[in-house]
Amino acid sequence: MTTPLFSGVLAGAILSGTSLLYATLGETLVERAGIVNLGLEGILLIGASTGFATAAATGSAWLGLLVAALSGGLANILFGWLVVSRRANQLASGLAMLFFGFGLSALVGTPYVGAVITGLPKWRPAWLAALPWVSGSTLFNYDALTWMALPVAVLVWWALFRTRWGLGVRAVGESPAAAFASGRSPGILQFQALSAGGVLGGLAGAHLSLSLTLTWAEYMTAGRGFIAIALVIFSKWHPLRAVAGALLFGGAEALQLQLQARGTDVSPFLLEMFPYLLTILVLLAWGGARRLAAPASLGRTFYGSE
Amino acid sequence: MAETGRLSALGSAPPVRAALRYGAITAVALAAFAMVLLLAGKDPLRAYADTFSYTLANAYGFSELLVRMTPLLLTAVAVALPSRLGLINVGGEGQLYMGAWLASAGALMFPGLPRWQLLPLVALLGFIGGAVWAAIPGVLRAARLVNETIATLLLNYVAPLIVSYFIFGPWRDVRGSAYPQSSAFSEAARLPSFFDTRVHGGLLIALAALLAYWLIMEKTRWGVDMRAIGGNPEAARRLGLPVAAWIVIALAIGGGFAGLAGMGEAMGIHGRLRQGLSPGYGFTGFLIAWLAGGRPLGILFMAFLFAIITSAGDTLQITQGLPYSAINLLLAMILFIVLARRPRKAGR
Amino acid sequence: MPGREASVAAAVPPGAPLVEVRGVSKRYGPVLANDQVDLTLRGGEVHALLGENGAGKSTLSKIIYGFTRPDAGAVRVAGEPAALRSPRDARALGIGMVFQNFMLIPAMTVLENIALFLTDLPAVVRREAVAARIRAFGERFGLHVDPSALVRQLSVGDQQKVEILKLLLARARVLILDEPTKVLAPHEVEALFRVFAALKAEGYAILFITHKLREVLACADRITVMRQGRVAGGFGPGEADAGALVRLMFGEAGPVGDEAPAGPEARPAAAGPILELLGASARAVGSETALTGLDLCVRAGEIVGVAGVSGSGQKELGDLILGLRPLSGGSKRLCGEDASSWSIARMREAGVAFVPEDPLVMAAVPGMSVRENLYLGTGRRYRKGAGVRWRALEAAMAESFRALAFPVPRLDPPIGALSGGNLQRVVIAREMAHRPRLIVALYPTRGLDVRSAASVRDLLRRARDGGGGVLLISEDLDELAELADRLFVLYAGAFRGCFPRGGWQTGAVGRLMTGEREADHG
Repeated sequence: MTTPLFSGVLAGAILSGTSLLYATLGETLVERAGIVNLGLEGILLIGASTGFATAAATGSAWLGLLVAALSGGLANILFGWLVVSRRANQLASGLAMLFFGFGLSALVGTPYVGAVITGLPKWRPAWLAALPWVSGSTLFNYDALTWMALPVAVLVWWALFRTRWGLGVRAVGESPAAAFASGRSPGILQFQALSAGGVLGGLAGAHLSLSLTLTWAEYMTAGRGFIAIALVIFSKWHPLRAVAGALLFGGAEALQLQLQARGTDVSPFLLEMFPYLLTILVLLAWGGARRLAAPASLGRTFYGSE
Repeated sequence: MAETGRLSALGSAPPVRAALRYGAITAVALAAFAMVLLLAGKDPLRAYADTFSYTLANAYGFSELLVRMTPLLLTAVAVALPSRLGLINVGGEGQLYMGAWLASAGALMFPGLPRWQLLPLVALLGFIGGAVWAAIPGVLRAARLVNETIATLLLNYVAPLIVSYFIFGPWRDVRGSAYPQSSAFSEAARLPSFFDTRVHGGLLIALAALLAYWLIMEKTRWGVDMRAIGGNPEAARRLGLPVAAWIVIALAIGGGFAGLAGMGEAMGIHGRLRQGLSPGYGFTGFLIAWLAGGRPLGILFMAFLFAIITSAGDTLQITQGLPYSAINLLLAMILFIVLARRPRKAGR
Repeated sequence: MPGREASVAAAVPPGAPLVEVRGVSKRYGPVLANDQVDLTLRGGEVHALLGENGAGKSTLSKIIYGFTRPDAGAVRVAGEPAALRSPRDARALGIGMVFQNFMLIPAMTVLENIALFLTDLPAVVRREAVAARIRAFGERFGLHVDPSALVRQLSVGDQQKVEILKLLLARARVLILDEPTKVLAPHEVEALFRVFAALKAEGYAILFITHKLREVLACADRITVMRQGRVAGGFGPGEADAGALVRLMFGEAGPVGDEAPAGPEARPAAAGPILELLGASARAVGSETALTGLDLCVRAGEIVGVAGVSGSGQKELGDLILGLRPLSGGSKRLCGEDASSWSIARMREAGVAFVPEDPLVMAAVPGMSVRENLYLGTGRRYRKGAGVRWRALEAAMAESFRALAFPVPRLDPPIGALSGGNLQRVVIAREMAHRPRLIVALYPTRGLDVRSAASVRDLLRRARDGGGGVLLISEDLDELAELADRLFVLYAGAFRGCFPRGGWQTGAVGRLMTGEREADHG
């Protein structure tokens, strides 16, 4: 009886973890540039709602994906205008984006509540499907976003740690003064990181509405944005470790759903608490050490040459 | 994550000028929101007129504003007090629910007590419920394990689940309909209301809390200590202040105020414990405190303003078919305008 | 391979000027920081820019490096007039600068820090190639560092090497170093001078900014002395002597402040012990320095000095004594009582005062009023229920200011509005108000102008003479020579030696400060 549970949880972990991973990767890029976006939840909602609305209106989930990515990017650029151009407090700006996301997503999504869409197509390579323990389960039957999740994580890692651009972005997050002294423009690098991060966030939201649930509901992200922020800390701002984190929390969610589906006695509410409590516990257990891994200038604003 | 000092949006202008500035900002935001309404196919003039007539133009509408203000004042103080130490409490939602929960526990366990005993007990429990819920992140922060912003945020999602568990489980209303709620509280546990409106004793508690906040911060030595920690925690530590203890205490007191808000909603409005007690009062309280710069008069003013705005949300849902959540766009716009003002000199 | 020199020096014959400053003036409000300054930097030369704090050296260097534009005058580079609008322009012309506060990113590796400043870095970083270049330059000029090391794990001396390598790999030909020896131990200074020699031999020009006479005489080919914004005089190779330099630096009046000769003085025998550390140890977290087995005694009526290079555990020692850091072994006694587990509040109440280097960071809350800052740190003395006995507090503080001959400041304004010297005076008056038995002074004169520094030293002497004990932790060996009745050397969290007044030499102490054993040196 445990094997189906295990494979069910694993499959669920990967499915659930996809949007978490994209959100975490996006936020990692942004935080490496020294900016915290507490309104990530809002970006996810914008992605989910615009993606769903586009898919419902045009019948194309791919178009929905594209629009979601663009909306996420634009939303993050709006956030960037506040915290970089206007040097506003990052925390308050993040919450402003949160409210913006709540409101915009409601406005965009409400007309399409209940709409039926064809989600992103799922696909599984034939040789994998032929394996005995794979066929008959949902394992490895994934949409494009899930298949691309690992490559995207590697891409983000490579960009941050193997390119001149990434070196500059990380320098801005550690010491904007040093980045500036080296001839770079911290603001431009931050906007670039924000754009990329926003696109990833939009994709994260879109995965929820276009693949996982094929619906739209207000507040459907249920705090995933905040869990992603915690995951960034958990993975020490490293894109590859984020994969492990996303799997772990995707698994927590999946476990909870599987248990509910199997009719356990435990109240569904207690089960639903599990991911949030797990997040806190994990941060607690490794929190102290992780503080040192944070980009040194995270959360601050830079004021040109002193 | 970086420490933020005192919340401050609009600097230290004298009250009249600050009020005018807030007014101007609101006007601009209303204009921007009007455009959003137009894009959504709604009539902004009609919307604003409806809002006015439902809220300010008649006595009952005005009383409803006071009803909304009550929890907002408390959740704003819940943010403002810890913010003076540089702590960020975005857990007002969760603390509110836990306050409601513990207060309900008291009401359901001692229904027979006379009102003069039960009400204070229930209020105390409401405070304690929120205080403990906020003390948990406080301890984590004081021990430098977890940033309190994240901890309070995550606990926001746990508290309503606890409430739901009890509503669907041990406290389920056996007499009632299928509607998920607890059994009704005895009359003794209900906060008294005024003049046939829904305005309840919680308003007095909220105003008292605002006053207490001001007194503590400005007139006591504890306020000096707390402000010192907010101004320079390193120096405060070196001067012998027990910073870790203060972190926990400040968050606990803040959480207690939010808990009182929850108690107020449960005991004053609903008369029982329900899901959905708070349409985001915790977050709205944060915004109020931030916009007001942590100042009591500003909190009063902003709470009133936000009460009008959230009323508008309900009104527009009814009259124009706009989803309630869309009103968040207006809030966001107000914030954008405030945030986008002339870049400040100070840091974070 | 290091071979592609900047085109700047290519056409310039050796010995010809690389940078010429002519008639440069710069005013900041009422202050004329530079007044008609002339300076010439030649390839193959170490040119020292000597002057006291405030003489205008920093301003001049910032002008050469493009940080600031002069109000008048011009800078020529390699014979051509140069438009130095920003450091970028300066770097493009081959001018590089190493600041006192390094522009390094501790969390990144040496390689990444250097790569950040390379102008010819390809879009995809070739790490091995950059590492090879770093090693090659390191070999050539004696700047050995491991490219894959994290900067935060490097000693300050090695970090400075990284800063210099940054300039070299970015193809600078003119290197400006602002007070490079401030953070170095004596033998590290010698190593730096060897680096200068190697650079000079290959035609680089070095501008060495300092206020230390001895170093200038040791390594400079050419010396320009500045005083009060003007060039007071200059010397070519071999022309200068200490006396002439002092006269130019300070004018005929001589150095300001109390330079008491560091000879052995007759001191009354110190009385009972105030502070004792017996085998005290403390753990380290992260990049802190662990303390091991410290034995220390400060008696009433004496100043005990602690010397050490930055990062030897000074801050940790101060925190241990104050009660901010718990002991993991050994014990601490205050006036005979076991104070090993006392909190900072209790230590303060028992009469332990703290004079830090940066009061605005460590001892005062900028946004609060002077009055409130005076209250903070007085513990329970002025409490009254939920309030404060403000009048009693103000009276006591006014008394303290008078006793110190400081002017009593206005109490309402925020303390952050005070100037550095006034701020330090408020903190000192507060700390001295209740006649502390022990003063822990941690780099108390760092960053202060000469007058304020002398007045702080004077204060420490008076505290000692009044029967208190003083623990002076300082990096300034001259200051320690002047003040300390006994001197401990701290290295890597342990004491390496203890000397009585007049019983030590800079060289020997310097070697202990960098970890060499006494026996290692003949």
